[in-house]
Amino acid sequence: MPGVLVIAEVADGKVLPVAFELLGAARALSAEGAGPVSALVPGQAHAQELIARGADVVYVAPESLAGQMYDAWLPAVDAALQQSGADIVLLGQTASLGRDLGPALAFAHRTAIAPEVTALKLENGRLRVTRPCYGGNARAEHTFAGQLQIASAKPKTFDALEPDASRTGEVKTIDAVGQSRITVLSVEKVESEGVRLEDADVVVAGGRGLGDPSAFAMLEELAKLLRGAVGASRAACDLGWYPPSSQVGLTGKTVSPTLYIAVAISGASQHMAGMSGSKNIVAINKDPEANMVKAAKYAVIDDYRKVLPAFIEEVRKLKAQG
Amino acid sequence: MNIIVCVKQIPDPETPASSFRVDEAAKKVVPAQGIPPVVNPYDPQATEAALRLKEAAGGGKVTVISLGPESARDAIKHALAMGADEGILLNDPGFEGIDNFQTAVALAKAIEKVGQYDLILMGRAAADWDMGVVPMGVATLLGIPCVSIAKAIERVDGKVRVTRVLDDGFQTVEAPLPAVVSVSNEFGEPRYPQLRQIMLAAKKTVQVWNAADLGLSADQLGEANRWLKLEALYVPKVESKVEIIEADSPEEKARILAQKLRADKLI
Repeated sequence: MPGVLVIAEVADGKVLPVAFELLGAARALSAEGAGPVSALVPGQAHAQELIARGADVVYVAPESLAGQMYDAWLPAVDAALQQSGADIVLLGQTASLGRDLGPALAFAHRTAIAPEVTALKLENGRLRVTRPCYGGNARAEHTFAGQLQIASAKPKTFDALEPDASRTGEVKTIDAVGQSRITVLSVEKVESEGVRLEDADVVVAGGRGLGDPSAFAMLEELAKLLRGAVGASRAACDLGWYPPSSQVGLTGKTVSPTLYIAVAISGASQHMAGMSGSKNIVAINKDPEANMVKAAKYAVIDDYRKVLPAFIEEVRKLKAQG
Repeated sequence: MNIIVCVKQIPDPETPASSFRVDEAAKKVVPAQGIPPVVNPYDPQATEAALRLKEAAGGGKVTVISLGPESARDAIKHALAMGADEGILLNDPGFEGIDNFQTAVALAKAIEKVGQYDLILMGRAAADWDMGVVPMGVATLLGIPCVSIAKAIERVDGKVRVTRVLDDGFQTVEAPLPAVVSVSNEFGEPRYPQLRQIMLAAKKTVQVWNAADLGLSADQLGEANRWLKLEALYVPKVESKVEIIEADSPEEKARILAQKLRADKLI
C-alpha cells in the first residue's frame, strides 16, 4: 500500500508550521490517489494536532529525538516507512533538520530527493515535482527513478489545512532512535525585534535601488505602522545595508505575506524566488520595465524618496480614521 | 592536515533574465553569449576555509577536484591560484547530463582514489540547480558524517568544530574526522588570487581522471541513468496584470496607492 509520510520537526516543544503545510500538500496528493497520509513526530503530545491537520496515522518517536542531527533520525524514519509502506516522503527544508535528513535518507535508500519543490502532483501513480533552478530563471520538472520518492519544501510554500478537531486517526509508537555522530555543543538564537519576517502579514522590502542604507529607516517606519517586517534583496545585504538574516530570496528567506511592498527592488529572479508567493505585490520603482513592476498588482513609477513619506503620511491618516 | 575541496563551474548566476535561454527540447540551458561560466559563488569560500585550516595546522595538502567539461579547469585553476596544492579534473563523455546523485558517486570514487583525507569541503550548494545534496551524498557514500552550511570551521582535538547557520540563529557542533563540511556565504570573503599566484597556478599540473579511472561503469553514467529524472526545463511565463498608479506628482500617486490598498482591505 503506497502512501505519503510527512516528517514533522519539533522545536521548543512545538511542531514547526511547515509540517502542517506539508500535511496540506500530502492530503492533496492523497486525493489524487497517493494513499493514506502519515506523519512521524518526536513526542506523543503532538499526535492529535497532526491528525487534526490531515494525518491518518501518526508515528510517535521518542521525544528525545527533537533537536537531534539528521543521522539520529534515520532509524525512526526507516521504521515509519516500513510500517506505513509509504513511497513518498515530504520534509521541511530547514537548516536544523530537513536540509540534511532529506539527502541522507535518499542516499541511504539509493534514491533521489527533489529539494525546495514548489508544486507536487501525481502522474500515473508516481510523484512529479516542479522546482525553481538557475537562480529562479528556470523551472524544472522531475520524476524519480527509485521506488522511494523524496521531496522537501521551504516553509510557506504550501497551505496548511485549518485544524479539524473532529478528524480521527491512528497513533503508533516507534522506538528506533539512532546515535548521531555529531555532537551539538550550543545553539544561539538571533531574536528579531517585532514581527518575524517569515510570519509577517505585511513585508516592506528594499533593494540596491534605494542607493543609501539610511533609507531602511523609512522602510522600518512603514513596516511598524503596518505591523509588518522589513526584508531586503541580496544586493542590499551584500552591500552591508541590512542584515543577511533579513534577506528574501533563493539564498535567504521565503515569504508569502498578504502584502509585499517592494521599494526600489528590480526583481532579479533570485529575489522573486523568495517572495513570488506573496498574495499582493506593490512596486515602487523608477523603472517601468522592472521585473517587480510586471509582477505587481499596483505600481508607482517614481522616486521612492518622494513617494514613501507621502505614502506613510496617508497610511497614518487612514489608520487614524479606524 | 589533508583537505579535499570540491568545486564546480556553472553558468554565471548573475546572468540577467533577459539573456537567459533554455533549449526546452534538449532540456538544457543555452550558454548566454559573451557571459563566460564562473566558479560557483560558494566554492571559493570552501577553498578559503581549506587554506585557513591548512595554515592553522601548519602543514598538509589541499587537493581540488572538479567534475565537468574541459573548461572546468578554470575553476580548478582559480582554487590553485588561491593557494591549493593539487588539482584533479573528472572528465568523461559519460558525465554529460548526469544528476547530482551520479555526481556524488563519481566524487566519492575520486576521493577514495586520492586516499588520504581528514576533511572534505564544498560550497553549500551549486547556484545552477541549487539543490545542495552533493555534500551529504558524498558523506553517506563514504560512510562519514556531514555538517552543512558552515560559517566557521576549526579543528579541535582531532575533531572538526563547526558553527552552522540556522534559520533563526546559529548552532555549534562537533564531528569526528574525516567529515564532509559544506560552507556557506556567511563564512566570509575568500582571498583574491595575486598575479604571482596566478602565474604559479598556471604551471601546476591538473590530473584528469575519466570514468574508467574511477571504476564507474556505463550503467552508472549518462542522462539515462539519472536518479532524479529531468522531465522538463523551461522559463516560466509571467503575465503582467499591473495597474500603474497615474497622477501629477509622486505625493499624489502615494495617496492614491494608500487609498486603493485601504479599499482592498490590505492595510
